[in-house]
Amino acid sequence: MSVLIFVELDQGSIKKTSQEAIYYGGKVAESLNTGATVLAIGNADEINLQVAGHFGAQKVLHVTESKLSHENSLAYADTLVQAVQQEGSTVIVMAKSGLGDAVAARAAAKLKASVVSGVTSLPDLSNGFKVERSIYTGKAFAIVDIKSDIKILAIKKNALEVVETDQIALVESFAPTLRDSDFAATVTNTEKASSELSLNEADIIVSGGRGMKGPENWDPLLELAHALGAATGCSKPVSDLDWRPHHEHIGQTGIKVAPNLYIACGISGAIQHLAGVNGSKCIVVINKDPEAPFFKAADYGIVGDVFDILPRLTQAVEASK
Amino acid sequence: MKILVCITNVPDTTAKISFTDNDTRFNKNGVQYIIGPYDDYALARGVELREASGGSLTVLNVGESDSEPQIRKALAIGADEAIRVNAEPTDSYFVASQIAHIASQNKYDLILMGRESLDFNSGVVHGLVGEMLGIPSYSPVMQLDVTEGKAEFAREIDGGKEHLVASLPLVLGCQEPIAEWKIPNMRGIMTARTKPLTVVEPVDVDTMVTLEKYIQPAPKGACKMIPADEAEQLITLLKTEAKVL
Ligand SMILES: Cc1cc2nc3c(=O)[nH]c(=O)nc-3n(C[C@H](O)[C@H](O)[C@H](O)COP(=O)(O)OP(=O)(O)OC[C@H]3O[C@@H](n4cnc5c(N)ncnc54)[C@H](O)[C@@H]3O)c2cc1C
Repeated sequence: MSVLIFVELDQGSIKKTSQEAIYYGGKVAESLNTGATVLAIGNADEINLQVAGHFGAQKVLHVTESKLSHENSLAYADTLVQAVQQEGSTVIVMAKSGLGDAVAARAAAKLKASVVSGVTSLPDLSNGFKVERSIYTGKAFAIVDIKSDIKILAIKKNALEVVETDQIALVESFAPTLRDSDFAATVTNTEKASSELSLNEADIIVSGGRGMKGPENWDPLLELAHALGAATGCSKPVSDLDWRPHHEHIGQTGIKVAPNLYIACGISGAIQHLAGVNGSKCIVVINKDPEAPFFKAADYGIVGDVFDILPRLTQAVEASK
Repeated sequence: MKILVCITNVPDTTAKISFTDNDTRFNKNGVQYIIGPYDDYALARGVELREASGGSLTVLNVGESDSEPQIRKALAIGADEAIRVNAEPTDSYFVASQIAHIASQNKYDLILMGRESLDFNSGVVHGLVGEMLGIPSYSPVMQLDVTEGKAEFAREIDGGKEHLVASLPLVLGCQEPIAEWKIPNMRGIMTARTKPLTVVEPVDVDTMVTLEKYIQPAPKGACKMIPADEAEQLITLLKTEAKVL
């Protein structure tokens, strides 16, 4: 009866958000006096999967089926359900992400399970199964009691402080039975910037708004991001105007992020943008307008011109290395 | 082509969120409601596809009577008819079960909805509905064309975009830039009044999750201002004080 954790791989390694999910699942397993098993789909060296032990898992079920090399939420959900049946799991954990949500949903309908998404706390098991989750795009939280026998939890990034150990997990191969209907859609083309750090995974994000004035002015922002090892994001008008790609668009209608550090450059801080960044631990705002609403949500603020401030920050980062 | 667009009724994006009854109920007082912004994208593309290919577009809402202004707006934008399942949308599983029940009686070719609702942000209803109906579901879809029973669409993936082709029927969770939001015109508003809006009672679904309490986030502390001519200080503060570098 182990807790099952569905993880996502990035070039053969367990993604950071999935490491957090393993840690969460391990803690729940401890409370329930059971083990934690990871399900990993895709190519990875054994040594990179054993690492799941550092975060609290005892076992990894590894699926190497080549038909699953493309992200396929339908087949992944089928695989997850078979792993759940093998392990007799009643609690399933994954990171909140586009893929996580899709897999959770399909698996929930198969298992007659509830999905609670955006979970921000470990469960309180003293009377029921209560967890806190983020709602209204980070503007509030709710404590819910999960009644269904099988529970699926999608964990919000940065919900827990992960403590690593030097334990390693046992890796076993797992061969699911796949159905043709899981391959209903054919992928005809993938456009992906493979070198880019994903916004979902990044600990630091440097983001630009209309105050950057045009796509040709992005270099100072990219240079600071590079110096910090950060991902880059933008406000909605910036992606609407095609200054930056759509997948960088952060906010209520874009990606919700929860990095340790969010640096907003020339972004006014409209409520719809804030809704996507209010999970960040620390927010820095650089804006030439002292009245910009973003300062109300910021931890550190600089009133100034981005084109003056950004290069100086990059220099300061380089100097401090 | 028979299209179903599912819409939620949510507080306006700029609404201030608060709770009443010992933090167990959402405070609707003074809050303006809108069609879920992602659902608005699904509706806009649905209307375009219906205009191009004929057929019908039904809009479906699981909600109480206070959703009706938003349902009428969807009719004014171009839906042909509406169904409201008369129930408080308690959780994703409940809502998906109602949608799947209606859909199983009507054989839609395409079921469109937003990628997530703006209140509970779970992003799972399309996947639940797809699985309940035994048809594929994809999300978040940002481009969609349909020709001769085949959908060509693109969805956002981590750091990029994936193009796919699949046969109908499909359930798709939509987001921008799949279409531009549509604003109802006067003629639309007039004809919306005469379009059929059927109210049906919900089917029974087991309670999966109950709400204990809402919590407001703690107010943010004051922002520490760093003079522009000492901007470099920021890096030291981020290292030593905030400890995020
Ligand atoms: C339903 C809905 C959903 C939305 N969803 C999103 C969303 O998901 N994400 C999002 O971002 N927006 C969203 N918006 C749009 C949002 O309301 C704002 O319009 C948008 O965030 C503003 O972007 P901005 O701050 O880049 O641009 P602006 O509002 O134009 O602000 C630019 C800022 O740059 C500053 N500036 C200008 N020049 C300089 C300079 N040289 N140096 C320093 N500062 C400078 C200005 O003082 C100003 O504060 C949504 C809107 C709606 C209605």
